[in-house]
Amino acid sequence: MEIKSMRFKANAEASLANVVLQGNLKNAKGKFVTKRAEAIKEIDDFEGTRDAAAAIRNKVIDNLDLWLERFETRAQETGAKVMWAKDGAEVCRLVTEIARKHGVTKVTKSKSMLSEEAGLNQALEAAGIQPVETDLGEYILQVDNNEPPSHIIAPAVHKSLDEVADLFHKVHGTPRKTEIPALTREAREVLRGHFLTAEMGLSGGNFLVAETGSVALVTNEGNGRMVTTLPRVHVVITGIEKVIPTLEDLSTLMRLLPRSATGQSISNYFSILTGVKKPEEHDGPEHLYFILVDAGRADVVGGEFHEMLRCIRCGACMNHCPVYQTIGGHAYGWVYPGPMGSVLTPLYAGIENAIDLPHAATLCNQCGVVCPVKIPLPELLRKLREKQTDAGLRPLVERIGLRVWAWVAQRPALYGLGARVGARYLKWLAGEDKSIRLLPAAQEWTNGRDFPAPQGKTFRELYAARQKSAKEAA
Amino acid sequence: MSSREDILGRVRASLHRNAGNAATAREVMAAALANRNPGPQPAVASEPRALLERFRVKSEQASSTVEIVATEAEVPAAIAKYLAAMSLPTTAVAWASLGALDWAGAGLSVEARGARDADLVGITGCFCAVAETGTLMMTSSPDTPAAVSLLPETHIAVVRAARIVAYMEDAWNLARDELGSLPRAVNFISGPSRTGDIEQTIVLGAHGPYRVHLVIVEG
Repeated sequence: MEIKSMRFKANAEASLANVVLQGNLKNAKGKFVTKRAEAIKEIDDFEGTRDAAAAIRNKVIDNLDLWLERFETRAQETGAKVMWAKDGAEVCRLVTEIARKHGVTKVTKSKSMLSEEAGLNQALEAAGIQPVETDLGEYILQVDNNEPPSHIIAPAVHKSLDEVADLFHKVHGTPRKTEIPALTREAREVLRGHFLTAEMGLSGGNFLVAETGSVALVTNEGNGRMVTTLPRVHVVITGIEKVIPTLEDLSTLMRLLPRSATGQSISNYFSILTGVKKPEEHDGPEHLYFILVDAGRADVVGGEFHEMLRCIRCGACMNHCPVYQTIGGHAYGWVYPGPMGSVLTPLYAGIENAIDLPHAATLCNQCGVVCPVKIPLPELLRKLREKQTDAGLRPLVERIGLRVWAWVAQRPALYGLGARVGARYLKWLAGEDKSIRLLPAAQEWTNGRDFPAPQGKTFRELYAARQKSAKEAA
Repeated sequence: MSSREDILGRVRASLHRNAGNAATAREVMAAALANRNPGPQPAVASEPRALLERFRVKSEQASSTVEIVATEAEVPAAIAKYLAAMSLPTTAVAWASLGALDWAGAGLSVEARGARDADLVGITGCFCAVAETGTLMMTSSPDTPAAVSLLPETHIAVVRAARIVAYMEDAWNLARDELGSLPRAVNFISGPSRTGDIEQTIVLGAHGPYRVHLVIVEG
């Protein structure tokens, strides 16, 4: 997928000015938050479960090479083929080759964020193979000129019922429906035909189980089951970091993933798929392929951002992020929005291609508190900011400004004088209102809110005065 | 260099892999793979009545409907009554493992085979059921095809009360004991298929069944 993260500020401004989008975001806001808060009450030892989940993920990532080899061996023993892809381009090449080999003309897809990273749909179309997104949200976006998702588990959360009604009326050529169940039924009927005729099913993978060589898939709609049950060929595209040791570990992680994502105790369908169908079986694929994808992950292993590899893609961080809630997912400009996206995009797509994202956060730590695998997201965002500064990637004005500040801050007398002058100037600027409506050189601050002015004395003056009175009292 | 070697090579370099630390890591791995201790679990009372009751309550929370019968012989009549009450067809596809029940005696026309698109009612058993979340565990085999619980608009599952376990971890141990290795597909099912993709409004019957009816056999 093309990276548009360098346009974050312009995208965010456009999102804020988009009245329809703001209405949709306001409507969505808080629903996931409330449901999650209810669902985690069912877990007696929630913090202990988070600790256990983080430990499971760490265990594998700390020795990822060996766990990958172990998974590969087990998967091959079950009859699956295991392939490796360095980047999105290689994913596209491998999937196209598999499709050609099996004479595939149509691919039904269950949701795969990695296929979004790779731009797989465009590559399949270019090769004359029809990709059909079958998750309702992803389907809505695909028929709307391949609009990118704005959320990792609710891809069309930015769209209203009215917009979907217009879209289906236009695309399906059916009478315009205004009820959500009727629209869902319409999509079901269109997609059922595709499920039955596609020769190949494509899915992501929530987890890869090293004990059994299986892929675990979490879905609610049943589309994940369809694409892995009906077609002759099943291709799993998944990041190399998704391995976990055992089925017991899978159960622990499943206590957290649906609750953190949608606030469900468990998703409707949870499928653990192992190997290919036996000749006497009625359903299931004859061919199973795993494509294990690097695309930036290998270089995160063992480094200062390795904790990000624990991520299980639940979306809780974005659901709880005040910035995401205000601007929506598209402004972030790549596959992954919200706090996890603001860490992943610079890591996978290049720190220089996403300068604003680590700053698109207030570091309020809502994301860190809700993360089921305890990723310290604010800390990682702060580290990315440091890296930008070290690499000289920040704007010239900011760099000069910081140098000047550092020079002054090392000279206490000068700093004290500057603070005194500044505080008095701001007090004068505020006048009787005691707040500033327009702050010169920082208009972005005061455009949306008034700036509370200092009330005359600096901290150092107040401190000195207090010390003096304390001494006099003694 | 193959992509496999390139990727694994860079992971190994990042982890400073050498023969010594590989040997230690393999021991840690072997221990992790052999470990059958579950992680923290929410409390679930384990006596049979409590398991059945929890399974029923959780299943209903997941929008399934539940009926409890005393013996397996009562299953066909119970299902016929449900289908009539819901104005659903009396023709169904079923798992071969349920083929011996007297379906015709209850006025039902039931074929034991794999599911087709036109099937409106699918009747299955289950490998076991999980009380913690109100979940069915289905294991695929020639006699228990996966699509029977997926393609029809109505899915009816027969659950033997003795096969209700407390946790998913118990289900894994049952599978290890009774099946040896995992079958091609293990499907955990908790209620009818659903979506919330339009305005986060939950709609039942996204791609799979619109309704799931559970007949629990106590005896």
